[in-house]
Amino acid sequence: MNKEQTERWAPLVMLVLIVAVWQAACSLFAIPEFIFPSPLEIARALGEFTGPIALAAWQTFWVTMVGFGLSIVVGVLLGFLVGSTRLAYAALFPLLVAFNAVPKAAVVPILVVWFGIGVGPGILTAFLISFFPIMVNMATGLATLEPELEDVLRVLGAKRRDVLLKVGLPRSLPYVFASLKVAITLAFVGTVLAEMTAGDSGIGYLMQSAGSQQRMALAFAGLVVIGAMAMAMYELFSYVEKHTTGWAHRGSQNT
Amino acid sequence: MEARSGAGTAAAAAFVDFQDVWLAYNSALLAQGQFAVEAINLQVREGEFIAIVGPSGCGKSTFMKLTTGLRMPSRGRILIDGQPVTGPLKISGMAFQAPSLLPWRTTLDNVLLPLEIVEPYRSNFKRKRAAYEERARKLLDRVGLHGYADQFPWQLSGGMQQRVSICRALIHEPRMLLLDEPFGALDAFTREELWTILRELWLEQRFNVVLVTHDLRESVFLADTVYVMSRSPGRFVVRREIDLPQDRDLEVTYTSAFSDIVHELRSHIGAFRKPAAAAT
Repeated sequence: MNKEQTERWAPLVMLVLIVAVWQAACSLFAIPEFIFPSPLEIARALGEFTGPIALAAWQTFWVTMVGFGLSIVVGVLLGFLVGSTRLAYAALFPLLVAFNAVPKAAVVPILVVWFGIGVGPGILTAFLISFFPIMVNMATGLATLEPELEDVLRVLGAKRRDVLLKVGLPRSLPYVFASLKVAITLAFVGTVLAEMTAGDSGIGYLMQSAGSQQRMALAFAGLVVIGAMAMAMYELFSYVEKHTTGWAHRGSQNT
Repeated sequence: MEARSGAGTAAAAAFVDFQDVWLAYNSALLAQGQFAVEAINLQVREGEFIAIVGPSGCGKSTFMKLTTGLRMPSRGRILIDGQPVTGPLKISGMAFQAPSLLPWRTTLDNVLLPLEIVEPYRSNFKRKRAAYEERARKLLDRVGLHGYADQFPWQLSGGMQQRVSICRALIHEPRMLLLDEPFGALDAFTREELWTILRELWLEQRFNVVLVTHDLRESVFLADTVYVMSRSPGRFVVRREIDLPQDRDLEVTYTSAFSDIVHELRSHIGAFRKPAAAAT
């Protein structure tokens, strides 16, 4: 097996290894299911409750996607504004940083008061938690233009708009794609957070009720499903990134 | 671009004309009397190749910004081709030490970028794209990049990228080419090769060149006139006409006439370094 193949299979081998150790530890020390379920018990729970889990997963998925869609739109627009005009940067950036520092768990109860129990808080929490990295990366891409290049174009009579469209936007695309990968995983965190504190459906709600009934295997099954969904979306964006902005990743592609 | 052939006759009307130009970067510095460049007087004939040398941080790049109209002087007047400079001058092309090409565009599209921005090309760019591509390819051939037009910049070596950058500066047929240490990051052999290419392009097309550099050999080999600038505040302390033959090749850099000029210029730079060293 050559180096490249080893690298490709490494994550799978690692996963199998961890699961094996986990299973062995649970069986060896006879840890009761309601404290720490073994992989086999989790798998059994997944099989037993396939229907409800799938339903909850779908609910969490689309709520996350709506929130994430919002955060792409708002993040890109706000990032464009903040990155392209100095005044907006000076005025908005400190406020946005302060806002981002607020723990989102503290915001959910407020959202519940405004929007009630249901999908509203989920969508908004997913959005609030994930738009910030997108905005920052978009703004950074625009704000770090080489001054020489700007001079080359400005002397030709280029307007600010020309520079932004011809250079700024394409240049910030790799930054934005990199941030999308991070943001999608954050969005899942936001949705599940809202579902756990104030939901009536979704994986978060399912885990919350399973936990309160001491059905730990089912709660862990929820964790596994969330992890799998977030990872799949991460890989999807990573694929899109490589195929749209390959010029920014040539080092890793050419080898 | 019609009156280009009028160059060479006695410089009654200078093409670039700086009349006692001072620049402070902002109003606070102006109030303190801290100027980046001061008392610049300079007359350049049409089609002349001038080089500005001096220690780093002496205001050479500031001089370029003034010439292209990216910066307005705090005092004094700048006339280009008889007209006072009031804003960015579209008749100029610029290249810098970093090629700053766009990695998502092919070499050809990088060279074409100015045509997408500057009038009159901008309005008919889509219609006449084929003709412009032809022009860009010719220019790339001219600097020895035949067959590289459809490659991406990051597939080219540093020297090749710098040639592309110079092509980008020349594609809209500017009357003035401004180069800010364009060969500074290249190895000695590549640099000398690009000197001869630049010299040939200039002899063919006779645009004005303002070359900012800290390489004395480079300035003497390339320019008609070399100006030496003092450390900040930037002032011209020496103007030296280079009386080498127009048709120069690299051999000339090994003649004693050449090294005498380089040596003479070097002594001027050394001269105003000593008092600064003594003061500390």
